[in-house]
Amino acid sequence: MKEISLVIIGGGSAGLAAAVGAYDEGVKDILIIERSPYLGGILNQCIHNGFGLTEFKEELSGPEFADRFIKQAQERNIPYVLESTVLEVTKDKVVTYTSAKEGVVKIQAKAIIMAAGCYERSAGAIGIPGDRPAGVLTAGQAQLLLNQYGYMVGKRVFILGSGDIGLIMARRLTLEGAKVLGVAEIMPYSNGLNRNMVQCLEDYNIPLYLSHTVSRVYGKERVEKIEISKVDERMRPIKGTEMTFDVDTLILSIGLIPNNTLLNNIGIPTGRSRGCAVDNHYESEFEGFFACGNVLHVHDLVDNVVAESREAGKYAARYIQGQLEKKQDRIHVSAGDGIGYVVPEYVALDGSKTTAFKFRVRKPSKNVYITYTLNGNVIKKVFKPVIIPSEMEIMNIPSELLGEGKGELSVSLVQKEEN
Amino acid sequence: MEERDLICIVCPRGCHLHVDKDLNVTGNFCPRGAAYGKQEVTNPTRVITSTVRIENALLPLCPVRSNGAIPKGKLFEAMKEIDKISLKAPVKIGDVVIHDLVGSGVDLIATRDMPVVK
Repeated sequence: MKEISLVIIGGGSAGLAAAVGAYDEGVKDILIIERSPYLGGILNQCIHNGFGLTEFKEELSGPEFADRFIKQAQERNIPYVLESTVLEVTKDKVVTYTSAKEGVVKIQAKAIIMAAGCYERSAGAIGIPGDRPAGVLTAGQAQLLLNQYGYMVGKRVFILGSGDIGLIMARRLTLEGAKVLGVAEIMPYSNGLNRNMVQCLEDYNIPLYLSHTVSRVYGKERVEKIEISKVDERMRPIKGTEMTFDVDTLILSIGLIPNNTLLNNIGIPTGRSRGCAVDNHYESEFEGFFACGNVLHVHDLVDNVVAESREAGKYAARYIQGQLEKKQDRIHVSAGDGIGYVVPEYVALDGSKTTAFKFRVRKPSKNVYITYTLNGNVIKKVFKPVIIPSEMEIMNIPSELLGEGKGELSVSLVQKEEN
Repeated sequence: MEERDLICIVCPRGCHLHVDKDLNVTGNFCPRGAAYGKQEVTNPTRVITSTVRIENALLPLCPVRSNGAIPKGKLFEAMKEIDKISLKAPVKIGDVVIHDLVGSGVDLIATRDMPVVK
């Protein structure tokens, strides 16, 4: 069997940045395994701009951002295979992939970095009542078809879900000549970035229906009509609030889920983000298995993905070099009141001055403290005038506050008391 | 000029801006927000991103963007101009695809390397 020190599953922004991170830390025996016929992953279909403000201090489009990392990997001669699908990963780090070119290949790795991104929630996942005609597709599918293959996915379009890709597709389809009749969002607030509400919906007078969902799809061969309804506090459609729209296409932008099946299959514990439960070195509960990017937790900004992934690559390299041992003493981190998830799940003190905590709040909140409680004592309170679920928070907490690095740490949201 | 509350679209941060009658901007995190606020109430502009047809490449489309912002009112006119052209691989990132897009003084550039694929 072929032996390779570090196998990276996924050649998108996370996989490329992880490879660069590991290489620069001294591990050069790497293989990136990518499913598509090109590197760069989902960025290739994100042709809009707004990428790279933190990483490159420039505003780039998705393909340009991807290109920078493809070139960083190529400058280092980091090997990769394309059109290759990983079929299986075993507990003893044997990776099996298949491609038309090579057939079935088995590799014994010393460490594995999972960087396979995320997938989209589909129509089946939310069970929209009504017919099952053609013309219902996810925002990412629509984006791939339109931006990479030139297929106009519809002429009269309705969008369910106000996630960023949905908003960006509303603008894109409008510019390409489609009529976007509206966007429905089941929550009472938008799930997209503010700037996308402005430049994708307001700019083109596309209405946003908050606290609404699609309650029925009509159509024999192709979508002919959809019905939306207002929802109650428990998100059930309210009778008598129905509105119908004559459309030929329904686009779903209803959430992204870490694509972690390969590791779930071997029983790696997962966290609340639905990716692996990792420590502050992005190592999972299985030694030598690392995860980063959207397969760990869904990010809003690729700049954060590459920063995280470079770190994951660095620690994977240290593991291979025998410089990263799992410590007995570590802190277990949990999401307390008002917090959806926190990455990392464990912190093992390693002499770093600060420890980064990444999390999302459950609902938009004002005048709150993000409160860090270690073994019953509040060790840090960070005031936030405004905090919203659609923006991931990254807070660097001084490691000296983490005491001896043992016990339970809870991150929670506490309302500031009014005077 | 009327007072306006805007959401900055310069970066994903999305600052809440207030622009007063004398074009003073508050609420911005960085200087680009102040510039955006002023611009948005006087002459709103947007960067346009799209695709153009390409032959002899891995994919039938090459992504493009304007190398700067163009007047918001000219976006659809720009799309028409973009629709008319077709490229031939190889194309390099940054290659100018259309000079002076819709008279804006801004060029349309390719945003992906498109090598020849036979």
